[in-house]
Amino acid sequence: MVATRSVSAGWLTWRGAYRRQHTGAAIDPPEDGGTTWGGWLSKTGRLTLTLVLFLLVVAGLVIAVVNLLGEPATVTFSADQSGQVDITLQTVGAYGSAPHPTWVSYLTMDPQGQWQHTTIWQVPAHTRINVSIYQYDSGSPLRNQQVGQITGTIGGIATMNGKPLHVIDSNSGNGVAHTFSIPTLGINVPLYGNSSTANLCGAAPCTTSSPHNLITFSFMSPGPGEYPWQCFVPCGLGWLFGNGGPMQTVGYMDGFMKVV
Amino acid sequence: MSDREVPASEPRHWWRLVAIWLVVSVVADVLYLALVGPHIPPGRMSSTASGASFDFNVLFVMAVPVLVAVWVYMVYAIVMWRSSRGGPEPAGGPDARGHLGIQIGWILTTTVIVLFLAGFGTYELVQPEGSGGGQGPTPIWTPASHHVLQVQAIGQQWKWTYRYPSFGGFETNQLVIPEDTTVAFHVTSLDVIHDFWAYQLGVKADANPGQDNVAYTTPKQLGTFMVRCDELCGLWHGAMYNSGTVVTPSEFESWAATTERLLAANTKLLPPFAYSYIPDANGADGGYYPDDVDPYSTAETYGAPQSAGG
Repeated sequence: MVATRSVSAGWLTWRGAYRRQHTGAAIDPPEDGGTTWGGWLSKTGRLTLTLVLFLLVVAGLVIAVVNLLGEPATVTFSADQSGQVDITLQTVGAYGSAPHPTWVSYLTMDPQGQWQHTTIWQVPAHTRINVSIYQYDSGSPLRNQQVGQITGTIGGIATMNGKPLHVIDSNSGNGVAHTFSIPTLGINVPLYGNSSTANLCGAAPCTTSSPHNLITFSFMSPGPGEYPWQCFVPCGLGWLFGNGGPMQTVGYMDGFMKVV
Repeated sequence: MSDREVPASEPRHWWRLVAIWLVVSVVADVLYLALVGPHIPPGRMSSTASGASFDFNVLFVMAVPVLVAVWVYMVYAIVMWRSSRGGPEPAGGPDARGHLGIQIGWILTTTVIVLFLAGFGTYELVQPEGSGGGQGPTPIWTPASHHVLQVQAIGQQWKWTYRYPSFGGFETNQLVIPEDTTVAFHVTSLDVIHDFWAYQLGVKADANPGQDNVAYTTPKQLGTFMVRCDELCGLWHGAMYNSGTVVTPSEFESWAATTERLLAANTKLLPPFAYSYIPDANGADGGYYPDDVDPYSTAETYGAPQSAGG
């Protein structure tokens, strides 16, 4: 009998037992240990199931907390012998690895020359910061051409592939792929895009063998504090107005500059 | 002796209460107006800021007597009519009955106060200059003067930029306005909802994509003021602020002319000035759009017109 009882019959039996239990009626004693809830799993099985569910809930909470509260590592930069700090970054159209392989992202090269998936840096105060950005992504017209101009850098200028640059017309050529902007310091540098028909790098870290533009500029770090920086191109593909996902996540298109 | 007769030994509680209430209320209001009132935010930097401070002070001065009345009566009752140990149990007597005069007086007084505040508040929402609030694209209050400086405040994740249509439509991170000149802020957004809050100016208006929200003010003091976004708008909402400056009219003219010249190269790349812009698919093709928004519209689009293929 037990072996031939269907799953639905077992379920109905369990529902009946449950109803009687919660309405005060006597619970049918298990006929054969296989048709009631108590007999559906052995005691060891129930304990195992409970433990597994508990661990799943705990793991879910840990993942949620880490994702919500955790932040990428901080890369600490020190001034060199000339009293300046060199920061090298790259922008990629798709990070290529979990947890968000399709998200566009910045990467930072640490002082040991290794690319790190982080956008948080620590730099000394009142120091000249020399930034080099290897830009590997394609471009498009800007939503607001106002961020097509270079502002806040030393001399109000940047260079692209060695040539001076003051403003980019995002409506012509390859457009602008991303911007490097620290709004509270008035710093904005648009990063010219690569041709979308080129064989672009598809996963980070990209190497200079892939099509890219090298943008360089310098600025003076302010006094101690934390200064958010970001990209002003709404490059969160598939998100409302392009402003979700990587545009709202530190470690991708947003970061902190911690000045000490 | 009738129920309503007061024994000769009984003090005149009513007149005592009125006297105490009157003295305490006057003293409290005078102290408030002298010591606190002048410092109530947002201050006196503009006509609308002064209006907001004045409104707050009026409401506070009116609220104090009401508060004092409740507190004075409570304290007086505790002191004068408390049950003494070993004395008779308090019991309802003639004085516990309703008093028609007091009831009518109380209802009339509170009615007058509430109606006055409703009328005052409604009037003050319009005067002066629309109280600095966003009035939408067709403001109820409009300035009589034709000499109004138009400044467009554009919110985007996460910064404010400002366009000056009277000076070639240049767009800048700086907000500079002249003293003693009525300014019309045209507040809009290029993405989500922001809120333009020029704190010391007493100006606050929502920035909605595709909408022109007009707020007026007239700066009355030179100096700097803070601009913040007051609508939770994403990751760096807390960093979406900058400062503005009120300068003399001549300094403003000089600044505007210089800035217009410096930004000329980029100004010619901006779309023509419009009072609102429809965010389009520009920018990594990023965006899904509400049903009533055509992302490929060439009208008032903040960016280059796009082909249907995006």
